[in-house]
Amino acid sequence: MEAVHGHEHGHDHAHYPGGIMRWITTTNHKDIGTLYLWFSFAMFITGGLLALGIRAELFQPGMQVWRPEFFNQLTTMHGLIMVFGAIMPAFVGFANWQVPMMIGAPDMAFARMNNFSFWLLPPAALLLVVSFFVPGGATGAGWTLYAPLSVQQGMGMDMAIFAVHIMGASSIMGSINIITTILNMRAPGMTLMKMPLFVWTWLITAYLLIAVMPVLAGAVTMLLTDRHFDTHFFNAAGGGDPVLYQHVFWFFGHPEVYIMILPAFGIVSQVLPAFARKPLFGYSSMVYATASIAILSFIVWAHHMFTVGMPAAGQLFFMYATMLIAVPTGVKVFNWIATMWRGSMTFETPMLFSVGFLFVFTMGGFTGLILAITPVDIQLQDTYYVVAHFHYVLVAGSLFAIFSGIYFWLPKWTGHMYDETLGKWHFWLSIIFFNVTFFVMHFLGLAGMPRRVPDYAQQFADFNMIASIGAFGFGLTQLLFFYIVVKCIKGGEKAPAKPWEGADSLEWTLPSPAPYHSFETPPIVK
Amino acid sequence: MASTTKNWVTAVAAATWAGNAAAGNLNLQEPTTTIAAQIYSLHTYIMVVCVVIFVLVFGAMFYSIFKHRKSVGHKAAHFHENTTVEIIWTVIPFLILLGMAAPATKTILAMKDTSNADITIKAVGYQWKWGYEYVRGEGDLAGVSDGIQFYSNLSTTKDQIYDKSVKKSENYLLEVDNPLVVPVGKKVRILTTANDVIHAFWVPSFGVKQDAIPGFIRDTWFTAEQTGEFRGQCAELCGKEHGFMPIVVKVVTVDEFKAWAAKQAKDTGAPAAETAAAAPAPQAAPEKVAAAGGAADGKKTFEGACAACHMTGVAGAPKVGEKAAWAPRLAQGKDALYEHAIKGKGVMPPKGGNAALSDGEVKAAVDHMVSLSK
Repeated sequence: MEAVHGHEHGHDHAHYPGGIMRWITTTNHKDIGTLYLWFSFAMFITGGLLALGIRAELFQPGMQVWRPEFFNQLTTMHGLIMVFGAIMPAFVGFANWQVPMMIGAPDMAFARMNNFSFWLLPPAALLLVVSFFVPGGATGAGWTLYAPLSVQQGMGMDMAIFAVHIMGASSIMGSINIITTILNMRAPGMTLMKMPLFVWTWLITAYLLIAVMPVLAGAVTMLLTDRHFDTHFFNAAGGGDPVLYQHVFWFFGHPEVYIMILPAFGIVSQVLPAFARKPLFGYSSMVYATASIAILSFIVWAHHMFTVGMPAAGQLFFMYATMLIAVPTGVKVFNWIATMWRGSMTFETPMLFSVGFLFVFTMGGFTGLILAITPVDIQLQDTYYVVAHFHYVLVAGSLFAIFSGIYFWLPKWTGHMYDETLGKWHFWLSIIFFNVTFFVMHFLGLAGMPRRVPDYAQQFADFNMIASIGAFGFGLTQLLFFYIVVKCIKGGEKAPAKPWEGADSLEWTLPSPAPYHSFETPPIVK
Repeated sequence: MASTTKNWVTAVAAATWAGNAAAGNLNLQEPTTTIAAQIYSLHTYIMVVCVVIFVLVFGAMFYSIFKHRKSVGHKAAHFHENTTVEIIWTVIPFLILLGMAAPATKTILAMKDTSNADITIKAVGYQWKWGYEYVRGEGDLAGVSDGIQFYSNLSTTKDQIYDKSVKKSENYLLEVDNPLVVPVGKKVRILTTANDVIHAFWVPSFGVKQDAIPGFIRDTWFTAEQTGEFRGQCAELCGKEHGFMPIVVKVVTVDEFKAWAAKQAKDTGAPAAETAAAAPAPQAAPEKVAAAGGAADGKKTFEGACAACHMTGVAGAPKVGEKAAWAPRLAQGKDALYEHAIKGKGVMPPKGGNAALSDGEVKAAVDHMVSLSK
């Protein structure tokens, strides 16, 4: 690297084609990171609109807005788009922007593959969105695409399968890139145990992705051949087993849950010390806890399937293993609070979102523990309680951490400070509307409202109305986020190299905005 | 904003009290079986533990947020490691988890024990309704309801669902034309399977939820402790009418159950004789079984345990009456067939998944099937 780029050292040589070609041909980690983040935002808005479609129908008992089959398409596509289109690409966007800067590298290891892994995503997203307009509409089998229901669906299902294939390929390429970058391109002196925690969590996440995306690809490929080529993997009449699909899917699905939360842990672990002006408490135990969660994630999958009727020994094993996850997760929460303890805290927007994350995500952790208890889970499986639980960990968890990270690094990315007042508004509106939407869903689930139903009995009416009001509030609040980000890109107070007093990782040694190529001469880490 | 939030919090707190006392819709439904009661108290127990931990941990966090902030002049300490506390906050949660796992384990084992049922009923999920089939009664329920079969459809009218101006009935979406009728205080074993896609048989107040999987038979059980109507729904996404296939279980006294069963048997047997429903039904049914003798046992077992696959050819099972499918099997000799039926073979589970059957009953069922398929 040094030898190749040596002659260009010392000036920002951002020579790229103008206009759209810059983005199509780019091999630059920052450009690609930006693409990922905007793509993710577009999908977030799309998935959000679908969610509002769901909440509009559920505002009152009775069918008012949609037909039941279209309602199923809304819930299915909301899930697929949010998971594969919004949350995952957002974290890859962060990895692209931040990993090279945080380890003192000039760019990602495989720059062209990086471009390709992004540009696979828009066609996949197109397949998903366009599937609404084909005969039969989009798939309505739920984002888990359980067989045999998914075998019954129209061609929208095939489009979803191909979209999943393509996104899986993209994720695998992205992961190979991230692992190679982290293992080979760290600045001299940066040992593994000196890496910022965000880099650690992404390293582990990337391994998880490589391990499980092929499993998902296998599951949906078997679906595809069951649908069109007369195989019977999931058809009992042909010697197959519908439950096999669930085993394979959740062997992917549970690590996937951690794929969506570990990088969030990483972001929060950068933000909390910066605003507490105090080093992260228990760095090495954080690394070990992250690794433990990742390993445990491979042996808990069947807790998503307690009602399929597995033997008692199976239920016990998966219950115990699932409960164990509470230990490393607890360690992380305790370490974060110990980081804040006796610090000198200020509460700018990134800190608000991280503290909000800690508070609300942990509630999702507790409901997770309650759901781990098999008998209770059997009662709550496929109810709104589960819906509440995973939105607490995915919205208040992953999404709040993403917001936190965006506000934290926006000054570095754009060279401008964002509007702090509006940022705070964004936080407070988000956390209030989030809880209005999802807290009441716990009660709905406990009282017996199943998920994925377009209409419900009258005793569920009040809470559904509250949830729908909250959802529209939450959705509108995100327009404010869009405005804040655009305003920050266009201008604003000039950001210093290190706008946050307590921040100490390598990206803050670069000027703001960060130069097109991060570290052409590797910094020395003591 | 602040006052709105405060009002809202007050409202929720008030609702919690009122709701728990009256409607009970802030918690699990009121349990009506021992299993549901165990689930209810497990949930309460774990919830309390979680709330205590939550208050302690976030009490510490909020204390820190208010005391350790720059704006009140707090200077940052520099500690960042302490192996002792790391060990403490690894071990203590682990011990708390052990305290949760123990009662949960007990309940799981109790939920799984479907043996010694007084009556076995098959619940079949269809897109989009439930079918019930009374397979077999034991003890004083022997033969009472065996063979009764009916579908259970949503009885809420379409105009209530789609027309806002039509008043919704009291049990909107949770009412059916033919409820599942079971006797109170008897252990009811539910076999679930499905005709098309996966459904789930769920009655919240019984603590029962079991997926109904096409081509496979799973089981669960409950003993209803009080009479009345109990409502549930299909709990697994099964297509467009998933939200419209409720389950209603009507729990009646044993005598009422017998009368109901006799009426059902009459209705299906001789529809004109409805007026005779008041006749002393309990004696009628056992007589039928006694009269038919040994051969009927094989037939009965077949209908209860084997027919799901061997009448339909599910999972490659040889269909009764298809001579070509049976010929190579018969060539192996009857003892081989007995053994396969008892111990299972390939997709076929031991005793067709009905572990409660005796070897003799299985052999009788095999004889019955063979006699129809030679």
